[in-house]
Amino acid sequence: MRIRRRTDGIEPSRFHWRDLVSESTAGLLQRPARAALTALGTVLGVGSFVAVLGLTATAASQIDARFSDLSATEVTVQDISGEHTEFEDLAFPGDADQRVERLNGVAHGGVLWTVQLGEGQEVRSAPVAGAGAASQIQVVAASSGALLAAGPSVREGRVYDRWHDTTRQRVAVIGVGMAARLGITTLETQPALFIGDEAFSVIGILDDTERKADLLLSVIVPRSTAQEIWGPPKDGAEMLVSTRVGAAQQVAGEVPVAVRPDHPEYLRAVPPPDPRTLRSGVSGDLGQLFLVLAAVCLFIGSVGIANTTLVAVMERTGEIGLRRALGARGRHVLAQFLTESGVLGALGGLIGTSLGVTVVVGVAMAREWTPVIQPTTVVAAPVIGLVTGLLAGLYPAWRASRIQPVEALRR
Amino acid sequence: MTGTTATAVDRPADEATAPPVIEMRGAGLTYPGPPAVAALKPCELTVRKGEFVTIVGPSGSGKSTFLNIAGLLDSPTEGQYLLDGIDTGSLSDADRSALRGRRIGFVFQAFHLLPHRTAVENVTLSMVYGGAHRKDRIAAARDALVRVGLGHRLEAIPTTLSGGERQRVAIARALAARPSLLLCDEPTGNLDTATAATVMELLEDLHRDGMTVLIITHDPAVARRGARTLAIRDGVLTEGRAA
Ligand SMILES: Nc1ncnc2c1ncn2[C@@H]1O[C@H](COP(=O)(O)OP(=O)(O)OP(=O)(O)O)[C@@H](O)[C@H]1O
Ligand SMILES: [Mg+2]
Repeated sequence: MRIRRRTDGIEPSRFHWRDLVSESTAGLLQRPARAALTALGTVLGVGSFVAVLGLTATAASQIDARFSDLSATEVTVQDISGEHTEFEDLAFPGDADQRVERLNGVAHGGVLWTVQLGEGQEVRSAPVAGAGAASQIQVVAASSGALLAAGPSVREGRVYDRWHDTTRQRVAVIGVGMAARLGITTLETQPALFIGDEAFSVIGILDDTERKADLLLSVIVPRSTAQEIWGPPKDGAEMLVSTRVGAAQQVAGEVPVAVRPDHPEYLRAVPPPDPRTLRSGVSGDLGQLFLVLAAVCLFIGSVGIANTTLVAVMERTGEIGLRRALGARGRHVLAQFLTESGVLGALGGLIGTSLGVTVVVGVAMAREWTPVIQPTTVVAAPVIGLVTGLLAGLYPAWRASRIQPVEALRR
Repeated sequence: MTGTTATAVDRPADEATAPPVIEMRGAGLTYPGPPAVAALKPCELTVRKGEFVTIVGPSGSGKSTFLNIAGLLDSPTEGQYLLDGIDTGSLSDADRSALRGRRIGFVFQAFHLLPHRTAVENVTLSMVYGGAHRKDRIAAARDALVRVGLGHRLEAIPTTLSGGERQRVAIARALAARPSLLLCDEPTGNLDTATAATVMELLEDLHRDGMTVLIITHDPAVARRGARTLAIRDGVLTEGRAA
């Protein structure tokens, strides 16, 4: 009978989650300044976490953007025959352009080198020595394929083609800045320029090139013409190949054999760097340091929360005793203090996330970058704050739940 | 209107046949020490529904110890204690908490009000763990505050209230959850004589409405107001004013 009454008669205590939240926030708001200071560690920790990941993602996407445009479609081939033999002036054969352009995935390709002019030979716009001389203008020998691979945009006239190259025409193409320096304003007057004693007719003026921007500061002449006049390159030549998107790595592997089936080891093809390795490089060095700092901040923040919650538990021993007298179970007290520390951590996490995002956007704007933050970062950051708060509150809340009501009320 | 919140229990016609609320069957408590302190010697006691009991005794005699056992804040180290006929000895901590919350109202000498919460919020607290709806809780809290004569200070913060007003908020808190037993540990201990008298009148009012009230005091004037008085000395509980 009595047993029955016991099991039927006692309706268990409850603590609705809404009451849990309101009691916990009320507990925090008792001392708002202290709560704010306590949350500061989490704010800094989560803030730097978001800032580091956001800045890394932003920088990486910046690198990605540059690579996906052009560099990923560019292969350069170096002449390293000097490492193998003394008897090879130029490892690239005369038909190197045709050989490389036959490869699948290649758009254009050709040989180029910087011409070493002899003593007293300089680029002038008039035949008379000293008149209209513009010193320190470099002359580049480029096959018609190399010129096209550089991706020129022509302002006036045209670029030379394979015919000019093979028949050793005395023609030149120059950049628009160079034309101004040499006093050439239009091609209608069929202007000429002089390199040493040789006269070249200017057939094209370039606005820009997609690759090899230094070509714009040079006088570009056909490869065979240059070889006939000044001989083979003295500082070595290279090959510039433009490929279709995604073909660069494969082309780089094939070029040496295609150009020099007899001695592929004379050539070294340099594919564009893999953007993925570059990205991990960015997050690899400085980023990791900052992540460690963020973790340290979080740890200090959690110690701060733990300490403050423990002090609050001591201070509010009377309140805990009262709540127990009013029907609260130990676990209700535990839940309340755990929620208080959790709310503190989550608030710190939210504020930290907004600060971190602000930093990323600010830096990106200053650098005129597009700010990039992974959605997972933004979602994870407040959760990290919450978890930090909960972990920090574990011990104090457990202590609170163990307080015996008699002792708490005696004080 | 004011009386209805205090209790819904009808006053039994004959107190001798009313169901027992407190039953001590050789219940006693010894603090293990060392040295071991027999704070309450084994005692026999029955308090029935609707009784108004005062307990007197000098300081350190074991009054609070007795009240803590009666209020399920502490367990006797020997004997049995039955609350509303329920043997509390074998109850889990969860059941003891639930019984405390639902059947017992506490009034402490030190009030134990939450300093940053309004009077209504403090009174509502006694119903938070009972599972009632928020609206009902607030309505019950207002009624209880009106009952103790604080209808005009509903939103007051405890620090702005006088000692007597604070104790009345505490009594309202004890009432609001409609307990079957009101346990008061020196409710007038922190109050001056005049204020103490008004608080005692309030408690007597509640008793007239049918509430079972047990008051601990070391003030003989307060003790005299009880319909039944117990004395406690060196942990020994005796019927009547045998001190
Ligand atoms: N936790 C404890 N451990 C050991 N002894 C205790 C403990 N709590 C109380 N006592 C002792 O038990 C005895 C009874 O204490 P109790 O608090 O019941 O006295 P009281 O009658 O309420 O006194 P007061 O009027 O001063 O409040 C006292 O001698 C006290 O020192
Ligand atoms: Mg006492």
